[in-house]
Amino acid sequence: MDTYLLEMKHITKKYGENTVLKDMELHVKPHEIHALLGENGAGKSTLMNILFGMPVIQESGGFEGEILWDGKPVQIDSPIKAMEVGIGMVHQEFMMIPGFTVAENIKLNREPLKKSVLGKVFGKNLSIVDFDQMERDARAALKQVGMDIDEKTLMGELPVGHMQFVEISREIDKKNVKLLVFDEPTAVLTESEAKVLLKIMRKLADQGIAIIFITHRLGEVMDVADHVTVFRDGELVDSMPIGETSMAEIAEMMIGRKMGAPFEKSVPVVKEDVPYAVELKDFAVDMPGEQSKGVSLQVKRGEIFGLAGLAGQGKLSIANGIMGLYPSTGKLFINGEEIHHITPQKILERKCAFVSEDRKGTGLLLDNSIEANIAIAAIKVQKKYIHKFGPFSQVDKRKARKHALEMIEALDIRCTGPAQYTRRLSGGNQQKVCVARALSLDPDILLVSEPTRGIDIGAKRLLMEYLVKLNQERGMTIIITSSELAELRSVCDRIAIIYDGKVEGILPATASDHEYGLYMMGLESGGKGRSEAEHE
Amino acid sequence: MNEKIIGGLKRFGSARLIISLFFIALLVITYVLDLSFAATVSDVLIRWCMNFLLVLAMVPSVLSGCGLNFASTLGICCGLLGGVLSLEFGFTGVMSLIMAAIFGSVFAAVIGGIYGKLLNYIKGSEMMIATYVGFAFVSLMCIVWVFLPITNDSLRLAMGGGVRLNVELSATFGEMLNNFLAVEIGGITIPVGFMLVCAAFCVLLRLFLNSRAGRLMQVAGENPKFAKALDISVNRNRILGTILSMVLSAIGILFYAQSYGFLQLYTAPLRMSFLAVAAVLIGGATTRRASIGNVVLGTLLFNGILAMSTPVANALAPDSNLAEIVRIIVSNGIIVYALTKIKREV
Repeated sequence: MDTYLLEMKHITKKYGENTVLKDMELHVKPHEIHALLGENGAGKSTLMNILFGMPVIQESGGFEGEILWDGKPVQIDSPIKAMEVGIGMVHQEFMMIPGFTVAENIKLNREPLKKSVLGKVFGKNLSIVDFDQMERDARAALKQVGMDIDEKTLMGELPVGHMQFVEISREIDKKNVKLLVFDEPTAVLTESEAKVLLKIMRKLADQGIAIIFITHRLGEVMDVADHVTVFRDGELVDSMPIGETSMAEIAEMMIGRKMGAPFEKSVPVVKEDVPYAVELKDFAVDMPGEQSKGVSLQVKRGEIFGLAGLAGQGKLSIANGIMGLYPSTGKLFINGEEIHHITPQKILERKCAFVSEDRKGTGLLLDNSIEANIAIAAIKVQKKYIHKFGPFSQVDKRKARKHALEMIEALDIRCTGPAQYTRRLSGGNQQKVCVARALSLDPDILLVSEPTRGIDIGAKRLLMEYLVKLNQERGMTIIITSSELAELRSVCDRIAIIYDGKVEGILPATASDHEYGLYMMGLESGGKGRSEAEHE
Repeated sequence: MNEKIIGGLKRFGSARLIISLFFIALLVITYVLDLSFAATVSDVLIRWCMNFLLVLAMVPSVLSGCGLNFASTLGICCGLLGGVLSLEFGFTGVMSLIMAAIFGSVFAAVIGGIYGKLLNYIKGSEMMIATYVGFAFVSLMCIVWVFLPITNDSLRLAMGGGVRLNVELSATFGEMLNNFLAVEIGGITIPVGFMLVCAAFCVLLRLFLNSRAGRLMQVAGENPKFAKALDISVNRNRILGTILSMVLSAIGILFYAQSYGFLQLYTAPLRMSFLAVAAVLIGGATTRRASIGNVVLGTLLFNGILAMSTPVANALAPDSNLAEIVRIIVSNGIIVYALTKIKREV
């Protein structure tokens, strides 16, 4: 029997009447990368908060169960205590001071000191910082994570991807660290950076540090983890060595139901004799960080059209430009009619609706109820859900509520009721509210940007299924912009790949991975763009 | 059941709870010390009504995204100007109040429109700018008061041109609303008519907030990005909210003046906006959210405490200046509390 470094036994945690963790178990050995998996809201963060002795746990009435560290019971009642024991955390948001050097950031608040007269008289706080020692330590820590960066560089000048590594260096520089928690570390990294990170995690584990790895990416788990623990709705589903399971099995455990086959849908009912639903000619949108520089494409009526591409290549700007949220040049036709001087009102009046990628900003009124969020677009654009009294009007709450209830049912929005504030909903349910609002406009054309970003598998599946259903049953033209190519390929008829602000190519969903890869990286045509006709 | 009560108390908030308890404590002390309880309660009720619209004016401003209207002083000055003109033109009785309100509202709407435009240039620091715009405007109005070509002797400064410091209202609309349908029960005078008038304004505001235009204004105030996606003009709605706030302030000061018996001109309005801000914050509003309920509760608590602390302090330490000191500590203390709350939200 191996000895465990950390054992959390029978952990139960309630927030008020709401049980978020029920009899949870977690056993972590040294040398082990232990993956924690679960849908959003499954209880992963709560368990980690307990492990770190976060004040929020004490304030909400503590928890039941016990924690064993090296076989001995410990009371972790504050983050400082957790640190003393040897638990380190790599944060999702970087906690760094941009104006300090890398070395200074790594040794922050733990600076090595030199003897000095002032220090002798007035104590430690006035001793002189030993910069040489600091840089030596920092270099050693950086080397351990395999980073070749100058420790004297200012933090603010580093690319985002590197900050994560500095953060890790800081944690392992704390000499007593025995357990490191990585909370979705790869979410902000590019693919190659993520690979390096996974390698470093492996290396650290080999050196004897236990690692708890929280992520949504199953591929990474399969690559690097030794052991996997799956949560669902605050309960332990199973915990097993990685060798005894498979990706499909884990995914199934997470959502608690079999993953269906890829979406079955009939051949799109594309009407050939009518004008294109949306046509762009040399369409350029000035959206900071996501400029498009002259996109030309046609979306047929009744089609599900995908816009793919890497981050920063401009795919997001197209839907935003069509909706008039960012200034654009070039030509836009909707159902054959050219739209001059695009404003949101003009587009909305032509029965186009938009689900923004900026869910909490453009997408939702966070301090308003679900029903208010759903109804407001129709109130503004189509003057629905209001009683009219001559020049005066009153919102028809009964009608709005009825509609909200229908949408809550149709989209399976998990909430306490239509009056709940959207701020309190989980990401997936917030997204459903956004979709519901767009649908309340009864659109012919629906633009959806990043519909599944940051939401759990169950909600993802349901949303995509619903989009397909809208397309099949109502003949709605749907344009989906997404960073997740696999998802686009499961529902779209055709996918345009945007590279460097232009259409690199338009592929059918059935094209090979290889082809998609080439287009995504802009290698197919050297960035010159290629028409669909040539491809076919 | 217990949990329900605790949940309800939590929603009520510790600050409001403490102030409510203080309010009740003052009421009890007044009763126990036999400090003409009936008269004090009557006074509290009148103060509740006389300050009501000034506090209600904060709601449209907050909901349209302009924050608490520290510049409601502008509307107040417009209301005073309306009052002066109404008297100057010789209106009497009910007409004097109605015409004052109409004149005041028109000025307030114009000034509110201009000021709203200004606010659109300084999004994010409305409340700081508002405070100083308010101060500056009061000084500007001082010049206006001095040079206003008044012909009515009861308004004119004894030495010649310009308006008096305090204009007496006993001959016109003074105490008109106070006495309107007032009922006396057990020595306590309840200004039923005045309360109904205040309630009517609540209903009107409520109707507006529930209308399409009102809903859109609140969307613009809560989330400008969201508003943009629906082509709701954020700037226009902010101006609308500011105008509404100014008009309510203008009418509010006339209500205040009729209760008080005087139109107080020159530097008198200088800090009035602060009192209204403090009251609505005590009622549970924040710089981003405010409701009519917040106004009702906040005005009662804030002005009630101000009204009762004076006689209580006098009784506890007679022959001292304690009453005045307590009044200053309470009113400024509440404003300080209010300002710290703003800080936390930003």
